[in-house]
Amino acid sequence: MSKAYLSIENVGVTFKGRGVVSEVLRGVELQVEKGEFVSIIGHSGCGKSTLLNLVAGLLPVSTGAVIVDKVAVEQPGPDRAVVFQNHSLLPWLSVYENVRLGVDQVFKGTRSRAERHDWTLHNLGLVQMTHAKDKRPSEISGGMKQRVGIARALAMEPKVLLLDEPFGALDALTRANLQDSVMEIHAKLGNTVLMITHDVDEAVLLSDRIVMMSNGPAATIGQVLKVDLPRPRRRLEVDMLPAYVAARHAVVAFLHERAPGVRVAAA
Amino acid sequence: MALRAVSMDSQPAPAKPPAEILPMPTPKRPSRLVAKLGEAALETLGVVVPPLVTLGVILIVWETLAVNMPAGLPAPSMIWTDSRQLILHPFFDNGGVDKGLFWHALTSLKRVAIGFSLAAVVGIALGVLVGSSRLAHRGLDPIFQVLRTVPPLAWLPISLAALHQANPSALFVIFITAIWPVIINTAVGVRNVPEDYRNVGRVLRLSPIGYFFKILLPAATPYIFTGLRIGVGMSWLAIVASEMLLGGVGVGFFIWDQYNASRISDIIVALVWVGLVGFALDRFVALIGRIVSRGASAG
Repeated sequence: MSKAYLSIENVGVTFKGRGVVSEVLRGVELQVEKGEFVSIIGHSGCGKSTLLNLVAGLLPVSTGAVIVDKVAVEQPGPDRAVVFQNHSLLPWLSVYENVRLGVDQVFKGTRSRAERHDWTLHNLGLVQMTHAKDKRPSEISGGMKQRVGIARALAMEPKVLLLDEPFGALDALTRANLQDSVMEIHAKLGNTVLMITHDVDEAVLLSDRIVMMSNGPAATIGQVLKVDLPRPRRRLEVDMLPAYVAARHAVVAFLHERAPGVRVAAA
Repeated sequence: MALRAVSMDSQPAPAKPPAEILPMPTPKRPSRLVAKLGEAALETLGVVVPPLVTLGVILIVWETLAVNMPAGLPAPSMIWTDSRQLILHPFFDNGGVDKGLFWHALTSLKRVAIGFSLAAVVGIALGVLVGSSRLAHRGLDPIFQVLRTVPPLAWLPISLAALHQANPSALFVIFITAIWPVIINTAVGVRNVPEDYRNVGRVLRLSPIGYFFKILLPAATPYIFTGLRIGVGMSWLAIVASEMLLGGVGVGFFIWDQYNASRISDIIVALVWVGLVGFALDRFVALIGRIVSRGASAG
């Protein structure tokens, strides 16, 4: 079964607390190939962040297993670096130090001090943040913080890069900029990426496949859509293509018909 | 301070040609530097003048009340006549306990420095323990909550009985008074390390020691300094009280000594010293806190 690079096998999650048992995920089955960019989309509260946390190892699975490069995930680690929604940069460290912390942690034994320094700068260059390397997170904009968050994750050379709604808190223009940067980086480095999003256009533009989640409780994968668009994709060139429009329509149709949003009364 | 402000205000009053003074406030085309300096000066005035006015009002009310009730506290003018030597010469040293107030304050400050440093080190260590271990929290927190309500002076006989000597007893009283807010605030800070930062530490697979120094301690620093600031204030309260009973050199004993000699004016001068030193201590710890936790609270 676990031939794929990242394999999520029959995974279920149940939270128990104060006598209440809630089943969040049930029977989730997903295979991601090396170098593939996969998005997970669904309504709020459908457990898509839970799924990402399982792959990250921040949460334990209740049933089934998550396997990355033939090894079962049991705890968090830099081989599954996460870009958190709210950037999670350490405010007392400079931009450079934030990235360097991860670099030092991963390459302490294998690379010299100078190599680690160069690697930190190289990754800041990838996200075009070299100019702000000595600033503190509080001194740069939200989009810039997220760029640094991406640099920190990339610098750890993860097997799987996990993006947890990375652009959700940003304005539309900044978001578009960052999406372009992520596409460029993905084209250049060929990372395996798992991204959580609730933005349909973002999912279509960036992904090779879009995984659509049904609503909870006991959410699972409702449908997987292959996005048949050539790369490199340029925002203004692809968004009128029939394949783009069709993919977009399919995702919207799923979200509104097969898994309509939770009613206000239930929320 | 008060005298200077008064003389500044009264400067325009002398009957000199007014033309010399008038152009100063708002020249038509001020250079940028002058405009900036003017703004800064105005801002400083805005900060400095209100408390001086308050002080002036207090002194005037006090003066009138005291003059009309000769049996009560000495009036400010009376204090000036009685204690001018003490006010103007804080640095004299005639040997023994006959010293200027500066030396008394310095001795007290040394005691605070030792007792408070111990309290800071032990308090932060215990606070981290209580904040990070649920078992330690359950075991220690109730004891701490009870002990912290014991007033500083109540510790004095106990420490005297245990340590037999005045000086270590005074240090212990400072220590035990200052330690509670440090422990409690550190524990809160440790418990409130944002989940995101914990997750960063987990994804990076930081060792427990690495996590402690790279994430936990910096994240808790603002809380720790809140505790240290409260602690240093309380230890200054404790030192004055404990010195009153212990004797020797120190502001506390000075106050007690003057009370026995019925020199109320000297006591009031000493109180001003106590207040100003306490204020300076608080600001000093706050300043260090700001430097150490540069931006730690900002996201």
